Amino acid sequence: MIVPFAHVLIFAAILFTMGLGCVLARRNLIMILIGVEIMLNAAAVALVGGSAYWRQVDGQVFVVFLMAMTSAEVAISLAMVVYLRRRRGTLEADRFDGLRG
Amino acid sequence: MNTAPSIPGLWCHDMIGSVVFYLLAAATLTATLLCITRTSPVHAVIYLVHAFFDLALIFYLFGAPLVAAWEMIIYAGAIMVLFLFIIMMLELSPGGKPLTVDRRRWIPVLILSLVTLGCTVLLIIQDPSSAGSGTAYHASPRDFGTALFDHYALAVQVVSFQLLFAAVGAYYVGKGEPRKRGEQPS
Repeated sequence: MIVPFAHVLIFAAILFTMGLGCVLARRNLIMILIGVEIMLNAAAVALVGGSAYWRQVDGQVFVVFLMAMTSAEVAISLAMVVYLRRRRGTLEADRFDGLRG
Repeated sequence: MNTAPSIPGLWCHDMIGSVVFYLLAAATLTATLLCITRTSPVHAVIYLVHAFFDLALIFYLFGAPLVAAWEMIIYAGAIMVLFLFIIMMLELSPGGKPLTVDRRRWIPVLILSLVTLGCTVLLIIQDPSSAGSGTAYHASPRDFGTALFDHYALAVQVVSFQLLFAAVGAYYVGKGEPRKRGEQPS
């Protein structure tokens, strides 16, 4: 580990907050998904940093699981984006205000 | 576990490694900030790919070469290209109007995010156990593979099922509706 662990965690926290802000502020579905990606990568930074700090490989293994989970999530959510675009003709999240879908 | 720090050459010097980490962290944060404020989704995705490149270098610095490679291959190479593909398939940016970015929407988001971030950073700084930096660590692919396919073999199976379900679900959601019925989708 080349830097204090606190700096790694602060870096991950800033990255996570940026992703959270993107999810909260942007109303386009693609941008919301990009915000989710940023948050997941912040979690990966924290995991790899912890793996280097405690000298255990488990953190890196969990990053691999995180990547698999992200792949599944992106596949499903982009399919939903295409589906919503076909049915509603828009990707603005504010337009999807009916519970019937 | 591999106890001897076997990172070759340059990265054994902690000074250079830490400088590179701070540079890469600044580059990642800048690229991410540019990404979340773009109006064109294509520009946002390109900036995010750049941020992922920097993150992959950071992972390499932390002694995780396999994770760094997969960050490149899976995140930057597959997932972001999938985003680009969907954006281009749906013709999001060029023809229509650019995405609206409401300035007023950012104000509560900024306040909430800064409060959350401030509290998190305070907690991190207050924790004395996180101040140390330890020694250099480098996970060899052998350690990684042993941990992944020995200790976490069941989890690998579960993840493979998850990917299969995701593929089936994406196919089910993404397949077009039958046009013959002519009914209005409810």
